[in-house]
Amino acid sequence: MFPNNPLLEPFLIIIAKVILIPVIVLNLIPLLIWMERKVSAYIQDRRGPNRANILGVRLAGMILNFADVVKLLTKEEFFPTGANRFYFVLAPGLVFFIYVITTAIIPFADVLKIGEFTMSFQVADLNVGVLYLFSMASLAVYGVMLAGWSSNNKYSLLGGLRASSQMISYEITMGLSIVTLFMMSGSVSLNDIIHYQSENPLYWNMIQQPLAFILFLIATFAETNRNPFDLPEGESELVAGYHVEYSSMKFALFFMGEYAAIIVASSVLAALFLGGWQVPFLSTQALIDNAVFFLNVIGKVFGVVSILLGLVLMVQFRPGRYKDARDFEVLILGIPALAVGIFASYFFFTQGIYDMPDWAPPVFAASVQFVTFITKVILFCFFFIWVRWTLPRFRYDQLMSFGWKGMIPASLVNLFLVSARMMF
Amino acid sequence: MQLAFFYFFSGLSILSALFVIFFRNTLSAAIALVVTLFGVACLFGLLEAHFLAAMQVLVYAGAVMVLFLFVIMLMNLGREELLKIKLAFLGIIGVITGVCLAILLVTRFMGLSAPLLSLDLGVEYGTVKSVGKLLFGEYLIPFELTSILLLVAIIGAITLARKPQS
Repeated sequence: MFPNNPLLEPFLIIIAKVILIPVIVLNLIPLLIWMERKVSAYIQDRRGPNRANILGVRLAGMILNFADVVKLLTKEEFFPTGANRFYFVLAPGLVFFIYVITTAIIPFADVLKIGEFTMSFQVADLNVGVLYLFSMASLAVYGVMLAGWSSNNKYSLLGGLRASSQMISYEITMGLSIVTLFMMSGSVSLNDIIHYQSENPLYWNMIQQPLAFILFLIATFAETNRNPFDLPEGESELVAGYHVEYSSMKFALFFMGEYAAIIVASSVLAALFLGGWQVPFLSTQALIDNAVFFLNVIGKVFGVVSILLGLVLMVQFRPGRYKDARDFEVLILGIPALAVGIFASYFFFTQGIYDMPDWAPPVFAASVQFVTFITKVILFCFFFIWVRWTLPRFRYDQLMSFGWKGMIPASLVNLFLVSARMMF
Repeated sequence: MQLAFFYFFSGLSILSALFVIFFRNTLSAAIALVVTLFGVACLFGLLEAHFLAAMQVLVYAGAVMVLFLFVIMLMNLGREELLKIKLAFLGIIGVITGVCLAILLVTRFMGLSAPLLSLDLGVEYGTVKSVGKLLFGEYLIPFELTSILLLVAIIGAITLARKPQS
């Protein structure tokens, strides 16, 4: 049935992946919103969200996300006069849906092999690979355009038009800059490109192809409509751009769609340029062979860090600091951390795990690679946020002339240089 | 399963193609055209032409139609203005062209069957590699000629759109 899928996985595993991988990506969204708030706060010399709590637990402001959800779900749904209702409702769903389905080709770890059983950590290993991602992402323009048009508001229309022209212009650079990667690795499949980069960080495309990396990075900023290219939302000129008329959950879908776009862009950046799931200096085989050693090291480090974390939290306990439940947050979090730490250290320093069944080492390797990949993705997400709160915004004509007269010639030069290097 | 997908996507493309014709609202017609192109891309995917499917979505649905929408939104054509635009013999010309196209398509593709379900095409079929080998090997000259044609069209469009410099 799928001649291009050499793995032929059981149906249940395919279904599980189709459900789990979007869930993983969706769960990164609140983390990213929290990061945005905290990073922006510390860049601007503030403390950020620190009030919302459940029984005193604030998790450094993470609980504010729950408050947000309640607020957005219960707010009034507003339809502006003269709005086209069908497209008005369709647009936010379209944006969100498209970014979620692009996660289908992101490989989270190497192919898992246990005896006869094989399983890949990506929903679909398409041979068109990155092209699928580009073609789906190019459809996201419609959501933005329709939102702008159907709101029957001149600001949102201008925002929608700006967004779409910007996305089309920078898509060209995006495509051209990574053609060099395809040429080097001889494939457009993300998994093949990651395999080609190997576990040595010196061979990662970020080091090998610095110009392509910079061009692609800039283009992703424009594609995701993030600062310094967030002209579609330019508050000073367009109020809030294409989603100015949106309220309640429809606004939340745009909001989440923006972060989903950042996560997808970061995953693609991590996969294409930062070795994807490759653990630095450790190949999949090395991880499997030394699984026992690494597991014990990780267990010991986890135990010690958890004890230290618990102690640091508990030392900060001052009764009467806030005069409410928040006083006890450090104890609520600190005591379990200390207990888990003591238990883990006791177990790993006295006994440790030395007998492993056959299936354990490959699963261990895959989970380490998964954590590595997520770490790289969050690193890029942090970079997106860092840039947003550091750089000022471009002017619209500057953005366009930079895209067409700067980025596209640069990517063509890069293509030419790499081809010349490959030929001679 | 593939047959079910085939009927779903072909139904979707035919239905939305009809919508393109019957919608009065230009924007809705354009969106219906996007759905048609997307449905055709899905049919390409079912025929194992994965590269073609990705390109169809990327170029037609993702870029060309966006520019269509751009123009529609900026001009914001109402219904009355559209009714004013009427060419003489438009209906007759349309019918003749349509019938000619239908005859051509029916006679050309009557006996052909699509490689659905049973045909073994090999792993390489429809991949980026095989399409690339065909384009830059066997069909190199037509391919390059097409790109020159497109280049000429781009230059022509820019010359027409450019403001005369006095």
